[in-house]
Amino acid sequence: MGTLLRNILRFSIFILVQVFVLDNIHLHQMVTPYIYFLFLLWLPFRIGRTWLMIIAFALGFSMDSFRHHPGFHTAACVLIAYLRPFLINLLIPQEGADTNYEEPSMKSMGGILPYLIYSGVLTLIHHTWLFVLEALQFGNVWYFLVKTILSTVVSLMLIIITELLFARQQKFRTNTV
Amino acid sequence: MRNIFLFIRRYFNFLFFLSLQVFSIYLIVHYSKYHNAVFSNTANQLTGKINQQFNNITYYFRLKQTNDSLVRANAMLYNKLRSDFELPDTTSRTVIDSIRTDSLEKYRKYTYLQAKVVANSVSAQNNFIVLSRGESQQIKEGMGIISPNRSVVGIVISVSRDFSLVMSLLHKDSHLSGKLLNGGETGTLSWDGKATNIITLNGIPKSAKVARGDTVITSGFSTSFPKGILIGFVDEVISEKSTNNFLIKLRSATNFFNLEYIYAIDNKQAPAINELLDNAKKLNL
Repeated sequence: MGTLLRNILRFSIFILVQVFVLDNIHLHQMVTPYIYFLFLLWLPFRIGRTWLMIIAFALGFSMDSFRHHPGFHTAACVLIAYLRPFLINLLIPQEGADTNYEEPSMKSMGGILPYLIYSGVLTLIHHTWLFVLEALQFGNVWYFLVKTILSTVVSLMLIIITELLFARQQKFRTNTV
Repeated sequence: MRNIFLFIRRYFNFLFFLSLQVFSIYLIVHYSKYHNAVFSNTANQLTGKINQQFNNITYYFRLKQTNDSLVRANAMLYNKLRSDFELPDTTSRTVIDSIRTDSLEKYRKYTYLQAKVVANSVSAQNNFIVLSRGESQQIKEGMGIISPNRSVVGIVISVSRDFSLVMSLLHKDSHLSGKLLNGGETGTLSWDGKATNIITLNGIPKSAKVARGDTVITSGFSTSFPKGILIGFVDEVISEKSTNNFLIKLRSATNFFNLEYIYAIDNKQAPAINELLDNAKKLNL
């Protein structure tokens, strides 16, 4: 399967799963897990930062269309798309790992821990920015702080489960041969 | 000039990021204007179709609850049938006047239109409900929406050809007026974005007698709802120190989690009332 086709499929599956399955979960009427932005974390290394932000904008905007209030998810997705390359540069283990593998995963990032930091930090940023934008309209700070932390923990758990269930085969590519 | 171009080229990504963020926040802030222009026609039509497909499946899981609520609504209607009532005295006879221009003749003020819910949210800070009935099926902006058990759900805020969007009672901008059934004092309803079934009622003076469990109904001052539709029951009464009003927490009568069918209320007098109000605005009264 080509990279483009695979990512188009992922895009629609993530949006549908988020809207029709996860949005119906309300733990204690407070925590709703988000997982659709995992699509952005799984995009190939070689995509440029500008394109990354354009794709993130499209993802967030489709998500917002189902919520009937444009802007919230768009802003959060664009933010993590902008920060993703910085984080990858910090966490990638040795010179050239991003050319040897296609996309970020536990294997290509060199272990569970770097990948966990990578997805954990971006999840936290995404949730914080999303809930801050919502909180500005309501102005209840403590409630949203607790909500952010709890949602991040639940989302992160779901992301790890997704990683374990749908293991992606990563070919080791090398250009030295 | 050359430096400006160099600057833009060097920080292109950051500037692009900033402009996208500013655009998103602009969408959030100027939501209502933008919404009416673009969203109601294209995006609602599209997401409405997808939601409808999905609802065809999930509908079966809630058949039991839907059936229960419809049976209850039916029972309520049966109890209102005229044939259920009898005159106490059989010697007296009612004669129906056959003159057409009878001043006692009743005319219809409200019509109820049934509609199916295809999408519903309760977890977001601004909740909306999508109905699979739109402009071409007589739904108009500003119509009130009630549940099968005659309790308030929300107000239609925009319509596309086959779908309409309802601002749920659980929305920060929904400001309906509510009235205490016992005392008759009116106040404004709002939602604080926390618990799904708790709504706040502001503006009830401290002179009012309120107790836990009291009923709150619609006031009938707006064109959306008739008077006396159930909103909720008083759960907690807090007396505000800074003002002369109570802050009342209501438990909503509608269960927002399992809405399947709703009724839209068409007020036949709404155009006439709105025309009067528009005239008043023109005269700067």
